[in-house]
Amino acid sequence: MFSEGSPSRQSRADATIPAHAGAGLKPEHIAEILADRADIGFFEVHAENYMGAGGPPHRQLEAIRQDYPLSLHGVGLSIGGEQALDKAHLQRLAGLNRRYEPGLFSEHLAWSTHDTAYFNDLLPVPYDEAALERVCDHIDEVQETVGRRMLLENPSTYVAFEQSTMSELDFLKEITRRTGCGLLLDINNVHVSCTNHQRSAEDYLADFPLNAVGEIHLGGHAPDTDDAGRPLLIDAHDREVDDAVWKLYESVVRNNGPLPTLIEWDNDVPAWPVLFAEVRAAERILVQAAEPGLRRAV
Amino acid sequence: MKHKAMSAAIVAGAVATAVAGLSSTVPAHAQAKEKCFGVSLKGKNDCKAGAGTTCAGTSTVNYQGNAWTLVPKGTCVTMDVPGDRHGSLTELKRDLPAA
Amino acid sequence: MAAPKSLSSVAGLTDVTVRTGSGEFGRALLDPEAAPPAGLVGPDGKAAPKRFNVYRNNVIVSLSEALGQTFPAIVSLVGDDYFNALARAFVTRHPPQSPVLMWYGGAFAGFLESFPPLAAYPYLADVARVEWAWLQAYHAADAAPLDPAALSAVAPEDVPAVRFTRHPAAAVVASKWPVLDLVRANRFATDAAAGIDLDEPQAVLVTRPDLEVGVFLLRPGGEVFLSALLEGSTLEGAAASALEKTSEFSLPDCLSDCLSSGAFTAIEGY
Repeated sequence: MFSEGSPSRQSRADATIPAHAGAGLKPEHIAEILADRADIGFFEVHAENYMGAGGPPHRQLEAIRQDYPLSLHGVGLSIGGEQALDKAHLQRLAGLNRRYEPGLFSEHLAWSTHDTAYFNDLLPVPYDEAALERVCDHIDEVQETVGRRMLLENPSTYVAFEQSTMSELDFLKEITRRTGCGLLLDINNVHVSCTNHQRSAEDYLADFPLNAVGEIHLGGHAPDTDDAGRPLLIDAHDREVDDAVWKLYESVVRNNGPLPTLIEWDNDVPAWPVLFAEVRAAERILVQAAEPGLRRAV
Repeated sequence: MKHKAMSAAIVAGAVATAVAGLSSTVPAHAQAKEKCFGVSLKGKNDCKAGAGTTCAGTSTVNYQGNAWTLVPKGTCVTMDVPGDRHGSLTELKRDLPAA
Repeated sequence: MAAPKSLSSVAGLTDVTVRTGSGEFGRALLDPEAAPPAGLVGPDGKAAPKRFNVYRNNVIVSLSEALGQTFPAIVSLVGDDYFNALARAFVTRHPPQSPVLMWYGGAFAGFLESFPPLAAYPYLADVARVEWAWLQAYHAADAAPLDPAALSAVAPEDVPAVRFTRHPAAAVVASKWPVLDLVRANRFATDAAAGIDLDEPQAVLVTRPDLEVGVFLLRPGGEVFLSALLEGSTLEGAAASALEKTSEFSLPDCLSDCLSSGAFTAIEGY
C-alpha cells in the first residue's frame, strides 16, 4: 500500500550503523528530525512499537529509514525465560528485520513472560548452568529464525539470585562463545548493577569481552535506596547520562576505539534539542577516541 | 427476503442517489502529502524502569488507591444530569480533531 | 584431605539453595501482599524486599501507563487517581497476553462493565470500546477506501446483491449512551462534560481511510445497516435489517456516509 509517492528501498540510507552516536527514536521528535535533517549517526527503535500492520508508525519509520541507518532493539522476547520462545513474536521480529533492513538487531538478557502473562519489565535471570543452556538455545533459535547475528544486552538488576553459580561476566562470555552472538554493552546498566550489588564498575568493564561488543547504550538513572539504606539505582532512562557513566564510557572508547553509541531517553522524554545535545556529547568523546594519538598503545 | 420488501429498483435508485451525492472521488490517500504522518502516538513498549520502590506496584488493597473504595473524580461525576437535548441523531458529526 | 566428603557437603549445600522460578516470581509481581520470592538477595546475601518492589512497581506502573495511553477518555472521565487504582485492578486480573502492548486492553471494556464499583457509570464500557476501536484503526493495515464511482459500474439489477469488502480499520460501536459526545469531550476537547445528554444513544463508525483515524456518527438504523455489511450481508439484506429496526432508516444517506468515510475497500467480485 501507499505505493504512490512512497519512497523505494533503493533510496534508503546505507544500513550499516557507523561508529557514531545515535538516539532512541521518539514519535514526538520525528517531524523536527526530518525538517532539520539532523546530523546524527543512526536511530534505534523498540521493535514491539512497530508490530502493527500499518498506519502512521510505519509511515514515520520508513521516512526515518530513508535518511538514516536504523538499529532494531527488541524488548519483549523473554530470551531468559524458562519457557520456549514465542514463535509468533519471533516471526514478527524476523519480519521487521526484512522490512527495515536494520544495521543492528539486539535483545536483552532478561525474561518478561511466564505462561501467557507478559510483565513488561526486564526481569533478572539466575546465572547458573540451566539458565545458560536455556539462554543459548533461545539465542540460537533467534539467530536461525531471523537469519542474522544478534546482540545481547547486559541487564540492570536490583536483586541477586542465591542459586547463581557464576558471575554475570562469565555468563555473558560463555553465551558469546557458545552462540556466536555479539553483545550490546549498556554502560549505564553496568553502573546501575555494580552500584546495586556493591561491585566495581571499572573492574567489571576491564574484564568485559569488548571484542564481542557491537553497540554501546548510555542512559540516565534515578537514585533510590534499598532496605538497608544502601544506594539503589533505578534504570529509569528519564534524564541526562550521569557523570560517572560518561567517565566509564570515555575509558571504554579510549581503550577500545569508537563503537556505535546510543542515547536512551524513554521516560519524561525531553524536547529534541535536549536529547540531541546528549548525542553530541557522546559524539565528541567518539571523535577524540578516533584520533590515533589518543589511543592507548597496546 | 423475509424482511420488508425493498425492490431491486428502489435499492438501485438509492445507490445511484448516494453515489451522485458524493464528489467524484480521488481516494483520500492519494492526496496525502509527503511528510504528513497523521497523529504521533507514543510507543507503548518502552525500555525503562519506573518510579522507585514505593509507588503503585507495592500498594496493597488495604492502602489508599483501591478502586473498590475510591470514587471517580473525573468528568463523569458531573454528567448524570438529564439536560436538554442538544443536537440530534441525524446530525452527522465527523472529522473529529486529532488527539 | 577428605575431598569427597567436602564435595558432598558442597553438593548438600547446593541442594538447599533456593531455586527461584519465574512462576513464583511472576505471581509475587502481581500480588503486593505476597512475600517476595525466596532466594532473591541484596549484596549482603540477605533478603531485600524493597529491591524486589522495584520490579513490582515497574510492572504495575508501566502497564497502567500503557492502558492510560490507550484509554485517555476513560482517564479523563474517572480522573487520574481513580484510573491508576482501576488500572492496577485490571492489570493484576488481566495481565497482557502478548509482548506487543498496542494490543493490550481489549478486555478493558468488559472489565469496566463488570466491575461492581462502577455500576453507576454504565457508559464507561462503550467509551472504552470506541477508544479500543480507535487504536486498532490506527495500527490497522493501510488500504485505500472504495471509490464510490465503482458502484456505477455495477449493473442496476445486480446492485441489491452487492457485498462490500470491509476496510481493515473499520469497526462499528453502537451504544445506548452518547459515546461520540463522551469521547469527543473527554479525548479530543477540553470543554469536557458540558451539555452531554446521557439519554441520547449514539452509534459510531471508526475507521482510517488514510492516516487520520475518523470517528463518524451513524444515522438511525446505520449501525444495523453497516454492521450487517461489514459482516458480509448483501446491500439489500443490510437495508432490510435496518428498516426493520427503524422506519427512520434512509438507505441513500447511510450508504453515502459509509462510502465517504471509508468503511469499505472494494465491491466483492468487482
